Amino acid sequence: MELWIDALIVLLILTNLKLIGSSRLSACIRIVALQGVLLGILPGLVNPDQMTLRAILLSAITIVFKGMVFPWLLLRSMRTSSVRREMEPFIGYSTSMLISVGLLALAMWMGGRLPLPIPLKSPLVVPLSLFTIMVGLLAIVSRKKALSQVLGYLVMENGIYAFGLALALKEPLLVELGTLLDVFMAVFVMGIAIFHINREFDHIDTDLLSALKG
Amino acid sequence: MILALIFLPIAAALAVFGLKSATAIRVVLTTAAIGHAVLTVLAWILPPAPVMDGWLLLDAPGLLFLSITSALFAMVSLYVLGYLQRENWGKRQDFQEDFLFTNSRESAFVGCLLLFLAMMTLVTVSQHFGLIWVAVEATTLASAPLIYFHRHRRSLEATWKYIMICSVGIALALLGNFFLAVAATLAENDHVPMLVSSLTAKASLLHVPWLKAAFLFLLVGYGTKLGLAPMHTWLPDAHSESPSVISALLSGALLNCAFLAILRIQQVLLAAGLSLFGQNLLLGFGLFSMIVAAAFMLRQLDFKRMLAYSSVEHVGILSLAVGLGANAGYGAMLHAVNHSLTKGMLFLVAGNILAVYQTKSIREVRGVTRVLPFSGALWVMGFLAITGSPPFGTFLSELVILKSALDQGRFVIAAAYLLILCIIFVAMASVVLSMAQGEPGELPAGSRNHPSLLFPRESLLAVIPPLLLGVAVLVLGIYIPPFLQHVLEQAARTFGMV
Repeated sequence: MELWIDALIVLLILTNLKLIGSSRLSACIRIVALQGVLLGILPGLVNPDQMTLRAILLSAITIVFKGMVFPWLLLRSMRTSSVRREMEPFIGYSTSMLISVGLLALAMWMGGRLPLPIPLKSPLVVPLSLFTIMVGLLAIVSRKKALSQVLGYLVMENGIYAFGLALALKEPLLVELGTLLDVFMAVFVMGIAIFHINREFDHIDTDLLSALKG
Repeated sequence: MILALIFLPIAAALAVFGLKSATAIRVVLTTAAIGHAVLTVLAWILPPAPVMDGWLLLDAPGLLFLSITSALFAMVSLYVLGYLQRENWGKRQDFQEDFLFTNSRESAFVGCLLLFLAMMTLVTVSQHFGLIWVAVEATTLASAPLIYFHRHRRSLEATWKYIMICSVGIALALLGNFFLAVAATLAENDHVPMLVSSLTAKASLLHVPWLKAAFLFLLVGYGTKLGLAPMHTWLPDAHSESPSVISALLSGALLNCAFLAILRIQQVLLAAGLSLFGQNLLLGFGLFSMIVAAAFMLRQLDFKRMLAYSSVEHVGILSLAVGLGANAGYGAMLHAVNHSLTKGMLFLVAGNILAVYQTKSIREVRGVTRVLPFSGALWVMGFLAITGSPPFGTFLSELVILKSALDQGRFVIAAAYLLILCIIFVAMASVVLSMAQGEPGELPAGSRNHPSLLFPRESLLAVIPPLLLGVAVLVLGIYIPPFLQHVLEQAARTFGMV
């Protein structure tokens, strides 16, 4: 079982690297979708003995939202904005790759030093979640297209979610559903905003949103 | 009753989304606002019972912040009636850059306004950290369409920054929540529930390093929403581009909700004996916010941005006061009330000025007291109140905070605090007085509001709400009613400060 968990975690780490090194937006969206599905499977592997109806329900909702609904929303706003690629990000792709490898090392180091009150099934889960959060933040600050920033936000959210899964933190169902609903609404509102930005400016480059200063 | 407070605005919002007639929408809005205010008053008389196993309950700080929100919303909803009436609903020209734009639909605007109220209410009554997070994020999402009411480029830019910066900030707060859950994990299958009451009761068992980390992330996360520097960057844009009524709510009500969320975790730190750790951080962020605000208020060219930076200054004062602790905590509670009322008033008056002069540029506005006698007087009065001049309530609360700093022998902090307040007084005085006095130039055509007999350019609905808010601040400076005094003291005691 542990082998499977580690395999899944390595896959998740690879999705992060693929995301940060890829310029085609549709590829990025699919990668984030894949990440969502993998995250939905993770709790079943980490805590197979705790697969209650509640856990299965949450996994299913996660897969539906993060794996299908969000990507669908984002693909739709990508089509309406007719932007296919992230051109000239603030930090280039190869540099981003190098930075994220550095971040991975940092996450591994930090994950090893955090004192946890309960033993974990796999020592890699906490570094994975930290790495995912950092990659999400990197994508938000280094990319220009509004859509890429939303993807960064989603990846960051995935990382935080993975942290909760790793420690099998049990929040009440109401809170978990509320959190998912909020993230859904956030992506929805951001999607609408992208639609308006595109209509208003004929582009979705956020570095050109710079009229307000001082 | 708590559920009624939350579900009344939600029900009203759902009704509004389905309505087409402008009159019906406005009737629902006013009814909901008055209903909410009445329920809040009832909550003062009969303390409502906890709901959902203590997840939702109204303690002293919750009641205080709920009352501010409800009172401000009632005033704003009155003002909105006049505002929606004088808004031009067709295509119209932007006064700054000359392009054409429209407004979003009235039903969408009012519906989001009501949802916003519901979510702010939920923040004030929540006792569960997860639920607080859900509610705070929901306030962001409900208010984003409000900022984008005037559908043009600048408001869109402001909205994008608002959603993106606040969502990322609040995502960090979610991580803080998870850290708190780790701190509350005692053994493999033994957790302390994430309720404020359970966490404070078992505070000595919590895992200290994780609790500290949780506080840091929650402070940065909710601090983004609160507008603490350096996470404040969305705030001036959002406040300057949204309609003035929305700025009033963002500044007067929403900031308090974020502040309350930070105070809740400070409550847990206090019970765990780590109060000083939190206080020092709050002190640092508070002082830094005041410095940043002062720097941007000098030479400010846009009067709505100036008010926005003044909000940054005042959240700085609030968090500085909590950081000082002791009596300053009482000052913080009182100051939260005063600031909300005053800032609400100032933004509403700024809306009146903007509607007539059609510019936000400080240089182009002259002679407000002549053109708009009533709003002009309120503008000057609001300036005196916000800068903490006697006899307004803000003077009292700022003095309590200063005295507490001196009593503790923290003279450097007291001196810095006074110096910044002086700088801001001078900066605002030069702006407000130059706007109020002088010879009004040519006013833009079509700038007449709904004329009434008394004041040629001012409608009653545009001046009564800010006037009431201003009078309330004035009264608070002279006399604090015993029931309010009691709740203020109790709230300060909840956070370990008397």
